[in-house]
Amino acid sequence: MSTARAAAILLGKELRLEFRTRELLNATVVFAIVVVVLFSFAFNPTPDESRHYGPGLLWIAFLFSGSLMLHPSFARERSNDTLDALRMAPVSGFAILLGKMLANFIFLSLAEVVLVPVFAVLYDVSLAGIVGRLVLVLVLGSIGIIVTGTVFSAISAHARMRELLLPLLMLPILAPLLIAAVEATSALFSRRPYLDQTWAAFLAGFDIVFLTASWLLCDFLMEE
Amino acid sequence: MKSRIIGSAFAAALIIFAGYAALYIAPVDMRQGQIYRIFFFHLAAWVSTFTALTIVFVSNISYLATRRQRWDSLGVAAAEVGVACCTIGLITGPLWAKPVWGIWWTWDARLTTTFLMWLLYVSYLMLRGLMEDPRRRATLSAVFGIFAFLDVPLVYMSNRLFPTQHPQPVFFGGPNSGVDPTMAKVIVLCMIAVLVIMIPVLIDRYKVEGMRAEVEELRQEVELRTSQPAGTHLDAPARTVNVKEVL
Repeated sequence: MSTARAAAILLGKELRLEFRTRELLNATVVFAIVVVVLFSFAFNPTPDESRHYGPGLLWIAFLFSGSLMLHPSFARERSNDTLDALRMAPVSGFAILLGKMLANFIFLSLAEVVLVPVFAVLYDVSLAGIVGRLVLVLVLGSIGIIVTGTVFSAISAHARMRELLLPLLMLPILAPLLIAAVEATSALFSRRPYLDQTWAAFLAGFDIVFLTASWLLCDFLMEE
Repeated sequence: MKSRIIGSAFAAALIIFAGYAALYIAPVDMRQGQIYRIFFFHLAAWVSTFTALTIVFVSNISYLATRRQRWDSLGVAAAEVGVACCTIGLITGPLWAKPVWGIWWTWDARLTTTFLMWLLYVSYLMLRGLMEDPRRRATLSAVFGIFAFLDVPLVYMSNRLFPTQHPQPVFFGGPNSGVDPTMAKVIVLCMIAVLVIMIPVLIDRYKVEGMRAEVEELRQEVELRTSQPAGTHLDAPARTVNVKEVL
C-alpha cells in the first residue's frame, strides 16, 4: 500500500474517532477563545494597541491550543495499546505519522476558522481584503505547529507527566515560528496590509526543515 | 588514580592562572575599564557550550545510526556540560551588560538564541528524566536532540532582522581589529583553561552514565531471573562484573 493511501485511511480513522465525540475540537476552540478574552481583560487594549499586540496574541492562542490539542494524538493510542496494532499494520511509519499530522492540521485549522472571526470582532481588526493572504500565513504557521507537535506528541506519550512535557518540548522549538508568524500577521493587520514575503518564506522553510526531519526520523518514533 | 590527581591539579592550576591573567595581566580596556574582564570567561563559556552541544548532536545521530549505548551516554554527558556552560554564559552576560549597556537583558539574535538553546537542552535533559525504558529513552531523546539542534539556526535567523546590541566579534578579527595582543593571549588561555576543565568532566560523566546504564541492565536481568519459578533452568548470566575492574 502506498504511503499516501495508507495515510488517507489513517486520516479517515482519526477524523471518525474525533467527530464521534468532537470533545477535543470543542475543548480546543473554547480554550483558544478563553485566551483571547483573558488577554483583553489583562491589557484592555485600545484599537491601535490591539492592532499592535493582536497578531502576537492570536499566535500565542494557536500555540497554546496546539500544545493542548496534540497531546491526545498519541496518548489516546496508549489506553488500548492500539499503537501496537498500527505498528503491525503493513504501512510505513511515516504513513502513521502523516495520517495523524493531517488530522491534527484539520483540527487546528477548524479551531482557527472559529477563532479568527471572533478575534476580529472582539479586537476590531478588519479582515476584508486580506483573507486569502491571511489563510496562507495561517496554513504555513499551522503546518509548522502540527509537524513538530505531532512528533513530540509521539515522544512525550512514552514519558511520565506527559501532559506537562509536551508543551515544554514543543513551545521552545516553535519560538522562531512564532516570531515569523507574528511578523507576517502584523504586516497583514497594518493600515496598509501587505504579505511580508521574507517571513512567509521563513515559515515555509521552517515547515520544510521539520517535515523533512520527521520523514527521516519517523521510523525511530514508531518502533516498539 | 595517580594520573587523575595530577590531571585535576593541572586543571585547577590552569584555571587559577587564567583567572589571574584575566584580572591582572590583561590591560585595562580603553573604553569599558575593568568591567570588560568578565568577558574572558564569558567567551570561554560559549566556546565550551558550542563544543558540548555539537557533541550532543553528533552523538544523537551516531546513536540512531549504530544503537550503541556509549553514544547515548556521551549525548547526555555533553548535554549536561553544555547546559552548565550555557548557564555560566547567561549569568556573566547580564553582569557585564548592566554597567555597560545600562540594562540586564535585550532580545537580540545572539541572546535570544542562546537563551532558547538553554531552554531546549534543559527540556532534553528533562525528557530523559521522565522516561523509564532505557532503549526508548535513548532513541526518543536522540530524535528530540536532533530537532533541537536544527532549531538553533532557525532561532538565530528569525532574530537576525531585529537590530542588535550585542558587540560584534573583535577577537581573531585580524591585526587591526583593535585588540591588545596581551588580551588576545589571555582570552586563548581562558578558553583552553575552561576546556581543560570541561573535557575531563564530560569524560567522567560519560563513564558514570555508562556504568549507570550497565547497572540498570543488570538489575533488569536480576528481576527477570528472580521472577522465574523455582527449578526453571536458567542460562548462564549474560555478563559477570569484576567489581575491582570497574572501580
